Amino acid sequence: MTVTPEATTTPLVQLLTPEGERLHHPDYDVDLTDDDYRSFYRDLVLVRRIDVEATALQRQGELGLWASLLGQEAAQVGSGRALRPQDFAFPTYREHGVAWCKGVDPLTLLALFRGASNGGWDPQEKRFNLYTIVIGSQTLHATGYAMGIQKDGAVGDSDGEAVIAYFGDGASSQGDVNEAFVWSAAYNAPIVFFCQNNQWGISTPTSTQSRIPLYKRAEGFGFPGVRVDGNDVLASYAVTRAALDAARTGQGPTLVEAFTYRMGAHTTSDDPTRYRLSSDLEAWKLKDPLERMRSFLFKQQIGDSSFIDSVDADADELAARIRKGCLEMPDPDPLSMFDDVYADQTVLLEEQREELGTYLAGFAGGGH
Amino acid sequence: MQLTLAKALNEGLRAAMESDPRVLLMGEDIGKLGGVFRVTDGLQKDFGEDRVFDTPLAESGIIGTAIGLAIRGYRPVCEIQFDGFVYPAYDQIVSQLAKMHARSKGSVAMPVVIRIPYGGGIGAVEHHSESPEAYFAHTAGLKVVSPSNPADAYTMIQQAIASNDPVVFFEPKRRYWEKAEVDTEAVPDPLWRSRITRPGSDLTLLAYGPMVRTCLDAAAAAEEEGRSLEVVDLRTLSPLDFDTIRESVRRTRRAVVVHEAPRSIGLGAELAARLSEELYYEMEAPVLRVTGYDIPYPPSRVEEEYLPDLDRVLHAVDRSLAY
Repeated sequence: MTVTPEATTTPLVQLLTPEGERLHHPDYDVDLTDDDYRSFYRDLVLVRRIDVEATALQRQGELGLWASLLGQEAAQVGSGRALRPQDFAFPTYREHGVAWCKGVDPLTLLALFRGASNGGWDPQEKRFNLYTIVIGSQTLHATGYAMGIQKDGAVGDSDGEAVIAYFGDGASSQGDVNEAFVWSAAYNAPIVFFCQNNQWGISTPTSTQSRIPLYKRAEGFGFPGVRVDGNDVLASYAVTRAALDAARTGQGPTLVEAFTYRMGAHTTSDDPTRYRLSSDLEAWKLKDPLERMRSFLFKQQIGDSSFIDSVDADADELAARIRKGCLEMPDPDPLSMFDDVYADQTVLLEEQREELGTYLAGFAGGGH
Repeated sequence: MQLTLAKALNEGLRAAMESDPRVLLMGEDIGKLGGVFRVTDGLQKDFGEDRVFDTPLAESGIIGTAIGLAIRGYRPVCEIQFDGFVYPAYDQIVSQLAKMHARSKGSVAMPVVIRIPYGGGIGAVEHHSESPEAYFAHTAGLKVVSPSNPADAYTMIQQAIASNDPVVFFEPKRRYWEKAEVDTEAVPDPLWRSRITRPGSDLTLLAYGPMVRTCLDAAAAAEEEGRSLEVVDLRTLSPLDFDTIRESVRRTRRAVVVHEAPRSIGLGAELAARLSEELYYEMEAPVLRVTGYDIPYPPSRVEEEYLPDLDRVLHAVDRSLAY
């Protein structure tokens, strides 16, 4: 599949070229310290390492599935770092980098893909909702949450709260996503729609979902849209921060289209060689989000090889912790499947729990 | 020839497309990729993008446009990628597709097939292991079927496509890779008939889709203990072929229903009710159900405890025979 014409002609907010040159944009900029730059790089490396380790664990049979974020680290770390502590994120199932920024332990993500849990963290505590696998559903949840912020009067000044809803190019076709646009516009909800356009919905190219660049959809719904280089962590950060600030100060929704590329398969169950060209992949390799940040650090002389080595050592340590934690992860107690189905447990489920408990205990005694 | 269930479906779809140029295949990733389970593998290449096409990622759109295509005279076969992804299309299926024929006083037929891989046992993440058949079997205007083996998969998909009523076609995804002989020349059973797959005299196991294999295994194990279990493969869930079911249970006088779907208000409940209505004085034991529990499908590391298996089926057989 070739790159569509608009992909090359559409304005793209970029603050860092693929070669690591720092650019300036009239509307978007960052005011980061050298430490910030280094920690952005560190997050990119650690997030990629989480992903690589999880992919390896899936290959070794320790996870049932893994949805890789390879290539999308900058979009996720940039937008995730732009979130203030009071902001609330609604992820898809691929936002491992945002989860990292929100302090969700990677092992809780792995538990989900291992089949040891269906969630695993407290969305209120982390201000990071549970992963949503059904495509696009979470954009309406995010809109409702943002409406709640408004009703609480927690919007309007620079300390206001905002919501970010993650979704992908495929999801942009779903009714729920379009309804979320309508609702957030109708109520001027404090929300940022963050679309990672990674060019592929499993095997379906973005051109099947939209004839126009996705960010332009916003105009029809009555709010601004902007396309950012999703492989540029600084631009992703700057654009998201501006959109969140607009939301928290009462200026309503923004659609951010982070233009990026799914470097891996849709999930470990997928085989992209069946439907896309390796030349596309090669072209996008030159835009790698980590490489450009590393080049920038070197060029600015704010990160040397000993710093790079220390980040790699941190990544090794994190990977080892993830691997160990995954291998040692206990399976849930089968009877726990009856927990928490309802806020008020029903008699029926108590009976079924007892039934299964008695049945399983029969095996322990040596017969059915 | 020996075919997997997935390949048998593929061959059945191919035959249907060859025999009727109005048959269209539509769904997410069914073209180049051939579907995530490869059921439509190679069909776009052979029949072209006009007849086999990838849709935008929108299930409501898939079914809604299929209804329009049917009004225009086409026979769309829609793939829903996984059981848990059908719900965005629920309005289009239940309120629109199911009612169109009745509302138009029969002037508009809805020859739409909705293929849904369903059921658990493959170690999948959430929304990939569900058994939502009761929602659709509960809806007037829809017909619901489920093959359990490659030979039925080959013929039933063709019969479903030939039907002028909308058919929700549930494919037992954990059986996709099981191989068996498929005789493409054989005269098929009617689509709306259940089948006694294994005759027996002591008790009837009523099952469909993925649980037929489980019940056949249970019947084989029971035989070693001197028990003769009959296995009825329902094949059609709506309408039920109650003639076959009644005849079997009247002989064996005991019935156990087995399905992966949650227990309450499911197919088992309907079968138990009808058997008690019609065979109350002839049965020796109440109809028992071996099913999933009334909970969301659990994380896959404990799905074995959730899903009916050979032991749970035999446990229920013991209980029935104890009456």
